[in-house]
Amino acid sequence: MTIEAWLQAAIADAERRGLPDLKPMLETLARATATLRGADFNDRADGGSPRASGLAPRGQGGVW
Amino acid sequence: MMTIEEFGRRLRAREITSAQVTDECLQRIDADNPRLNAFIRVTADEARRQAHDADREMAAGHDCGPLHGVPISIKDLLDVRGMPTTAASRVREGHVAARDAATIAHLRHAGAVFVGKTNLHEFAFGTTNEDSAFGPARNPHDPSRSPGGSSGGSGASVAAGMALATIGTDTGGSVRIPAAACGIVGLKPSFGEVSIDGCVPLSGTLDHIGPLTQTVADASLVYHALLGDAHAMPPAPLPLHSVRLAIPRAYFLDLLDDEVRARFEEAVERLRRAGVHMDEIEIRHTADIASVYLHIVLADAAAYHAATLETMPERYTPNVRIRLEMGRYILAEDYVRALAGREVLRREVDAALAQHDALILPTLPIPAPPIGAASVPVGSKTEPVRNVMLRLTQPFNVTGHPAISIPSGRTSAGLPCAVQLVGCRMQTDALLKVALACEPQITPGPSPRSGNVGG
Repeated sequence: MTIEAWLQAAIADAERRGLPDLKPMLETLARATATLRGADFNDRADGGSPRASGLAPRGQGGVW
Repeated sequence: MMTIEEFGRRLRAREITSAQVTDECLQRIDADNPRLNAFIRVTADEARRQAHDADREMAAGHDCGPLHGVPISIKDLLDVRGMPTTAASRVREGHVAARDAATIAHLRHAGAVFVGKTNLHEFAFGTTNEDSAFGPARNPHDPSRSPGGSSGGSGASVAAGMALATIGTDTGGSVRIPAAACGIVGLKPSFGEVSIDGCVPLSGTLDHIGPLTQTVADASLVYHALLGDAHAMPPAPLPLHSVRLAIPRAYFLDLLDDEVRARFEEAVERLRRAGVHMDEIEIRHTADIASVYLHIVLADAAAYHAATLETMPERYTPNVRIRLEMGRYILAEDYVRALAGREVLRREVDAALAQHDALILPTLPIPAPPIGAASVPVGSKTEPVRNVMLRLTQPFNVTGHPAISIPSGRTSAGLPCAVQLVGCRMQTDALLKVALACEPQITPGPSPRSGNVGG
């Protein structure tokens, strides 16, 4: 699941559950997840490096 | 307030009794707890009974060890048989512990006297102690400021002389942060050394239990008692000229309050002059620390709280509830990535320590923040309070390395600053030897420090 798709689904679910305050928190989490997925310690099936592919810049741990 | 070491000397010289010192702590609680809100429950009658029993046993020649008769406070996240464990939450209403947590049983065996259970950030899920069903605990150095958290009531209780020591828990810095904010010593042992049985969890893979005390020697005494070794004495300090420390400047010194930075550099210079060998090292993946920590702690906490988030969400404080809910959206694949990142960071800290006895860095990038502040100035920037308070402590919950916070002086406003030493995994005793050697240089002024601000 892409981060964009995950974020859309999560925000929609939070609103359905009556938790609109979660939206900015989920957006923050999405930035942290992008950092995590972009780290060069992640193994990939094609043998490539996420950071080399430019998936995410470093250092966006996010505010939570 | 005397240290545990001084208490022990005077108790065995029959200059004082446990009952006298326990009464002094209880009087201090009566006087200052309305102002500081450090305690959720004060167990005065039980403490007096325990203290009299301790005195009677000592008179009969039965010495339980260095904690015999010592008044201690307990974070209200640990089970003490027959008492509620509130975790500072209405979610826990009606709970009464059937038995002692493993650590509490060890302290009881060591002869400690329990004066009460201390306030905390609800379910230990925060760094300020503001979100508590019992209201915020306050910093004895300035009651308009946070004592840190999550073990904020614990830190305040020792700094204000309400107990000679306290037991806290540390998932992202919750022993070391309040120790730094309150001007006392806080020890997070190596992960897995001290049993977390009977402790309400935040994250089973990040949680640690450790002491907050006035001195490193006292922390050593309580740490060994928590392990079940009631008679252990502090190890001998390393000779200073043989101590090798490493400063991880990148990331760890990038974002600091100016006065915190000054107190750190002054402590480093005093150590250097005293003969300590200093190197500078780099830990490569520091940019990934926050995201790794966040994905582990949120997912672990959400798993524990999922049922009560469904059945009694209104009983949580709003801020803690919303953060717990955030964890319910973390994908399994991202949790696995975070676990992989943890292993990388663990190996990098191991490597940084291969040629050194400890890392040295500040504990808390800022002095204790004002209660209610969402963000604080740090140097030329403004940063969210939670992020900045966790920044220098959470790495070693992720990696599991033992770490100890030692006071390093005050700001011009009189707020404590602190230095952190980080040792090799599963070698907390070796870290204590380094800390015992370095403490007189890190902490300016006479020892034990004048960190007590009660009364």
